[in-house]
Amino acid sequence: MVENKKLFSVGQDIGRVDGVAKVNGSAQYVDDLSYPGMWHGMTKRSEVAHGVLKAIVKGAGSGETAFDWSDIVVVTAADIPGRNTILLMEEDQPALVSVGNHIRHMDEAVALVAAPTRARALAALGALEIEVEELAAAVTPDEALKAEVKIYGDDNIFKSFLIEKGDEDIDTLLASCAHVVEGTYRTGAQEQMYIETQGMISRWDGENCHIIGSMQCPFYVQKAMRTLLDITDDALVVEQAVTGGGFGGKEEYPSMIAGHAALLAKKAGVPVKLIYERDEDIAATTKRHPSVVKHRMGFDEAGNIVAIDIDVVFDGGAYLTLTPVVLSRGVLHAAGPYRCANTRVRGRAVATNTPPHGAFRGFGAPQTTFAYERQMQKAAKALGMSQFALREKCMLVEGDTTSTSQLLKGSVGSIEVMAAVKEHDAKALDTRIDDSAGASIRRGRGLAFYFHGAGFTGSGEARLAGRATVALSASGQFEVRSSSTDIGQGVRTMFSQISATALGVEVDAIEVVVPATNKVPDSGPTVASRTTMVVGKVVHEASVALREKIEAWAADKGMQGMGLREAGAAMAREEGEVAITSQYKPPEGIEWDDETYTGSAYPCYGWAACLIDVSVDLDTAEVTIDRCVHAVDLGKAINPTIVKGQIEGGTLQSLGWALWEEVIYKGGKVQNDRMTNCIIPTFSDAPEMTTILVEEAFDFGPHGAKGVGEIPMDGPCAAVVNAVEDALGELASASSFDTLPLTPEAIGRALRSVS
Amino acid sequence: MKIEVTINGEKRQVETAGHRRLLDVLRDEFALFGTKEGCGEGECGACTVLLEGEVVNSCLIAVGQVNGKSLTTIEGMADGQTLHVIQQALIDFGGAQCGICTPGVALCAKWALEKEPNASKERLRELMSGNICRCTGYQAIVDAVVSAQEGADS
Ligand code: FES
Ligand code: FES
Repeated sequence: MVENKKLFSVGQDIGRVDGVAKVNGSAQYVDDLSYPGMWHGMTKRSEVAHGVLKAIVKGAGSGETAFDWSDIVVVTAADIPGRNTILLMEEDQPALVSVGNHIRHMDEAVALVAAPTRARALAALGALEIEVEELAAAVTPDEALKAEVKIYGDDNIFKSFLIEKGDEDIDTLLASCAHVVEGTYRTGAQEQMYIETQGMISRWDGENCHIIGSMQCPFYVQKAMRTLLDITDDALVVEQAVTGGGFGGKEEYPSMIAGHAALLAKKAGVPVKLIYERDEDIAATTKRHPSVVKHRMGFDEAGNIVAIDIDVVFDGGAYLTLTPVVLSRGVLHAAGPYRCANTRVRGRAVATNTPPHGAFRGFGAPQTTFAYERQMQKAAKALGMSQFALREKCMLVEGDTTSTSQLLKGSVGSIEVMAAVKEHDAKALDTRIDDSAGASIRRGRGLAFYFHGAGFTGSGEARLAGRATVALSASGQFEVRSSSTDIGQGVRTMFSQISATALGVEVDAIEVVVPATNKVPDSGPTVASRTTMVVGKVVHEASVALREKIEAWAADKGMQGMGLREAGAAMAREEGEVAITSQYKPPEGIEWDDETYTGSAYPCYGWAACLIDVSVDLDTAEVTIDRCVHAVDLGKAINPTIVKGQIEGGTLQSLGWALWEEVIYKGGKVQNDRMTNCIIPTFSDAPEMTTILVEEAFDFGPHGAKGVGEIPMDGPCAAVVNAVEDALGELASASSFDTLPLTPEAIGRALRSVS
Repeated sequence: MKIEVTINGEKRQVETAGHRRLLDVLRDEFALFGTKEGCGEGECGACTVLLEGEVVNSCLIAVGQVNGKSLTTIEGMADGQTLHVIQQALIDFGGAQCGICTPGVALCAKWALEKEPNASKERLRELMSGNICRCTGYQAIVDAVVSAQEGADS
């Protein structure tokens, strides 16, 4: 292997390519952009969870003189040139509720206004009146499953799955087990809380529409606009602005805002900027699906898992969005990374009259991971085994099969990640009971072990056939063109490293183009821990092909021995742009049956273990995380600093979800729609983290890399709750730790219920 | 009212209503877009600037309050093309991911190290706890600031 650091940048810690612009404040996010004559848009929203929209009225306003509508543009569903839907999977969600139709959740968009200034737009929003006939609403899955209020189809079930493995009857098996561990696990909605709120700017030039904004998936926006605006791909450009965090929250919802901005700009005849206020963003946009997971596991005397039975219910909210796919990932991960010949996993996603839930890092897996790792903690206690011993005994290793009967053939880092954190288990906890200094502190340690499928499920990647282009431009610059958006995770830097290494040039010779639908091919969405592994692979292949082409050209011209940059520059001068587009070809032997949900659910898995020490103050019920050790198998770290950052960021989101983050609903409306009351962890809440990178290469990823974006979100939640339970021991019942978030209030209740 | 303010060492003037948020005036009147809005209510620190050397949230300050005073925004942190050591450390340690919090984080770190040059890691976390980052888990930022602190010592 080439050891020249400059020419073999994969695996090196090069600073991110957009680093300077980000630290000196010059990076331009959508709210930093403006166009001549630009107006500001705002959204009028419903104030009922369910009802019929009767009328939209330009009112007189509350001022002394009647509100002046002359400089205001109002858009309603009647202004939509195409079909009134935000299309992703189905056409159930309207862009704007039309008069005579149903409002299905609080804060649903019913009309839009634009004005020359934000202040005028805000005033217009106040003067715009809507008349609604309120109807009974079903705001929880339990209410919705009664199907008295119809939200989706006849039964309000968006999607259901059944995954079965083994021929024996699960109930009979469980009845015969030496130990059966049971629990019901609940998790709440989680707000992505990217620090940049969502926003878009649209402008029209005749029939041509341009949309720029904060987003993960430009081609999702394009698809939705085709239907909504009745526009061809040639007449539409969707471009990503520097994006201030996404975490899944900017996967599907940006299509809504893009559509709204485009409708306003078309009618107003000027560019329109639509930026969400924080309260609006929290109240209206998608969040992690709340869940209830009922889990039963049967063990034999020796601690082998005999049977697993799981029932998963996700609250989908009022529209489908990506819920079926989220549920799919949830059920596919539900049985965990453990060996068991007989499993049954049932999953249902239910429609309710709440704002739609959608993509959030982990995508259904954190909910089911929390459940099985709580189960494992309880099982180890019941069996009298150590937390490590039981997991080591049951964990999947190469040659085992998953709950979908997928044979694990390679790149299984289970043993390594477990060993890596076990080393840190050698350090004993400080005194478990510390009543010195007038306080009552209890200390505990928790473990969690988990896996996460990288890339799309089953045949998803084959169907998608993502493309990427590597080009030598006419000016001699190397360019990587893909639709993978950099939302902070560092894809532009890692693609530079992958491409530069394949070409054999320095990283600064590569420009990774910012995605716009007219400049890059569709590489698929920036989701599902697929970007480095799948699109990175395509970038690698296109780069290799381009290098060979340039080398062949140079050889032909008798210019052997010339460096690739110089040869490329010479070739570009003579031939103009040379571009190679490659397409993803999935590895052989991936077989998946969508009907029975059996086979290779994912091309490979990431593996991780997390060890957490906590102190719980019995007086305040506050949890302090004293230590967090996280080992993650990601195949290959293309850029160790960047992937470590992904792991640490995901870890804290998981810890936040477990201990502090709570979205409170009342009557289907978010009650805490501000950063003051919808809290996320600060510098002081976050622990010092030890992150261990394990590299069990996936032969089919670029340099062995597999996905890492989501796995750190899956398990730390369970590790920290297991640690709190360990600290409090007999002071509270085990089931008190089965609901997230485990806030100080919840811990306080648990302590009081026993004492 | 007429506001006179020194921004990043340069005297600037603007005629505007005194109750406008400093954040909006910086962005809309002075085209200093490095100061970001994350919450508009003093919770996230994305809008952090230094007012007479002290950390403030520009979303909570009326522009009238800064009349005659001096401000540092992120645009004034580097010395021309040469980044401040904290800025460079943020790049080196991976302390900026999506970057939306970074201008505020960088300025707050500068303030923290000037205020308490020998602050422990824990104390640095306390001093910076008004700045929220959703991407990094804070570890890389803390490591970056500590390295800048050590660099300043040596
Ligand atoms: S925008 Fe000022 S603190 Fe959040
Ligand atoms: S880097 Fe994204 S919020 Fe801090």
